[in-house]
Amino acid sequence: MREITLSQAVNEAIAEEMRSDPTIVLLGEDVAEAGTPFKILSGLVEEFGPDRIVDTPISEPGFAGIAVGAAMTGMRPIVDLMFGDFLFLVMDQICNQAAKTHYMSGGKLNVPMVLRTNLGATRRSAAQHSQSLHALVAHIPGLKVALPSSAYEAKGLLKTAIRDNNPVVIFEDKLMYQDKAPVPEEEYTIAFGEANVLRQGNDITLVAISSMVQVALAAADLLAADGISAEVIDPRTIVPLDDKTIVQSVKKTSRAMVIDEGHQSYGVTAEIAARISEQAFYHLDAPVGRLGAMDVPVPFSPALEDLTVPTAEVVAQRARLAVRGELFRVA
Amino acid sequence: MAKKKSSNADGLLRMYEQMVRIRTFEDNANQLYLSAKMPGLTHMYSGQEAVAVGICEALEKTDHITSTHRGHGHCVAKGAKFKEMFCELLGKAEGYCRGKGGSMHIADQENGNLGANAIVGGSAGIATGAALTAKRLGTGAVSVCFFGDGALGQGLLYEVMNMAALWRLPMIYACENNLYGEYTHVSEMAAGEIGGRARAFGIEAFKVDGQDVLAVNRLTQDLVQRARKGEGPFFVELATYRYHGHHVGDINRTYYRSKEEEADWKKNRDPITNFGDWLIAEKIASAADLDALNEGIRANAKAAVDYALNAPYPPSSEVDAHVYAA
Repeated sequence: MREITLSQAVNEAIAEEMRSDPTIVLLGEDVAEAGTPFKILSGLVEEFGPDRIVDTPISEPGFAGIAVGAAMTGMRPIVDLMFGDFLFLVMDQICNQAAKTHYMSGGKLNVPMVLRTNLGATRRSAAQHSQSLHALVAHIPGLKVALPSSAYEAKGLLKTAIRDNNPVVIFEDKLMYQDKAPVPEEEYTIAFGEANVLRQGNDITLVAISSMVQVALAAADLLAADGISAEVIDPRTIVPLDDKTIVQSVKKTSRAMVIDEGHQSYGVTAEIAARISEQAFYHLDAPVGRLGAMDVPVPFSPALEDLTVPTAEVVAQRARLAVRGELFRVA
Repeated sequence: MAKKKSSNADGLLRMYEQMVRIRTFEDNANQLYLSAKMPGLTHMYSGQEAVAVGICEALEKTDHITSTHRGHGHCVAKGAKFKEMFCELLGKAEGYCRGKGGSMHIADQENGNLGANAIVGGSAGIATGAALTAKRLGTGAVSVCFFGDGALGQGLLYEVMNMAALWRLPMIYACENNLYGEYTHVSEMAAGEIGGRARAFGIEAFKVDGQDVLAVNRLTQDLVQRARKGEGPFFVELATYRYHGHHVGDINRTYYRSKEEEADWKKNRDPITNFGDWLIAEKIASAADLDALNEGIRANAKAAVDYALNAPYPPSSEVDAHVYAA
């Protein structure tokens, strides 16, 4: 199978959907000729023209709000939010307007829009361009939240997001834009709410989100060298969350650790760990572990920044303690 | 009062009727609140009827509006029915939003009302987005964003006016300047000239007497026609007045405005009284005609209120319905 980058996968997903649905319009800063700073959208304006690939002023709340209204009246807008950190600028439009419109209208109005943005630290971009803020939107009923972990996932999940009749926030890992993966030429989509079991194992379940899927897979290799067999699960979407697949796995392995690049406190790791504890408590041989990003603003200095994000070594070390029944000693 | 007859007698009487319907709706809503039959809080539109009616009577059903927390008037003016509106205000299943929105979120998409909004200025993007849809899909529809002088403090408004101007969207920004944002006079909150904000973006801005329904309607008809031809967006400041407090519980208001001021607007500038007098003077209707019309609307409102009071609440199974669309 051919291999393409995550960036190319996103570009293909948008182009394919735009060819088949004339109501799709893409709005964002420097999305047209510039193709975004990450060059993800290069070529789209040449094919679809500036009426559908629309360069906006630097007005995130404004163009997010315009997308909400366009979605309510018959379009399927895709909003390009250049950095996930800018979510704070659009919170009212996404969380007070887009998320609530269908419910507040008693089901009469729909907001079929996609907010494409990104997450991920270690790019030496400091605290306002490095955050992983998916927990913020996952907290708000009415939004769906997708987190692709490879080029293949990015294309399939984005196509599903565009076709969904709800507001969907999709976070791409900005460190992975140039990472290649096998992506079929043929049309495919990936359903929301269906977790992907990437690696089978018997001793511990590693539930990993987005950028942390690669970390968990690398940790599983380290653990295998110690004779520990780890199962690795990518939930793909955290809203809706496929807790059934996760809980089934934990019932088999009897141990679990959740790994995510969002801040650890009050985050996605806590939510998934709580669901495991609620639904698989009597199957557990160790407390459910969690590893998120450190609860600090992301520092600039490479020497400090690298300390804030879970690594395969740290995941493997914590998993070993869990499997050996030694986790309580570090608690 | 404007002298020129710009519409036929039916259209003029309809504007009068729609203004009376709004006033009557609000009188009933106020009573429901004061008699503790209505949950929550609400904001009265009384006094501003000529704004909603003058504008909405210049629109087609397929044109879109967005409304505000003071939104009952816009909803009535855009074609909503009393029964479904009172049901919504009382949280009943037959309300426009199945009781899930209430006074501050009432929407009626079949008549092009994309909804009231409880975030001041919060619908500026939505209205502008509807105008983007109209332009991209070539529907010919025009979009009107109603907002109060209080929303002039919100940055979102300026962001979307900038884009509407850059993209020549079929959009009318209707600023209802009722002089008070909550409990504070506009002069303390909005520096400079209101229309100048729009003109800075190259948007044509107008100021009109918001108590004169004919003047509002004539201006809007012209702007709607021009917006359909691609000459928009436009900005209109409508000078008007809110008879009640900010919300229905805002009773003691003398610390921010005088009783004399309130009495003067009600006595001398009431949009319904003045337009009724003009209809009679122009021999378009008799006083008896207008009395009968008022009486009929009062009876309709009473029937709708009685119906809504006795209508069922949504079943508990609805609490988690409509979180996500299928």
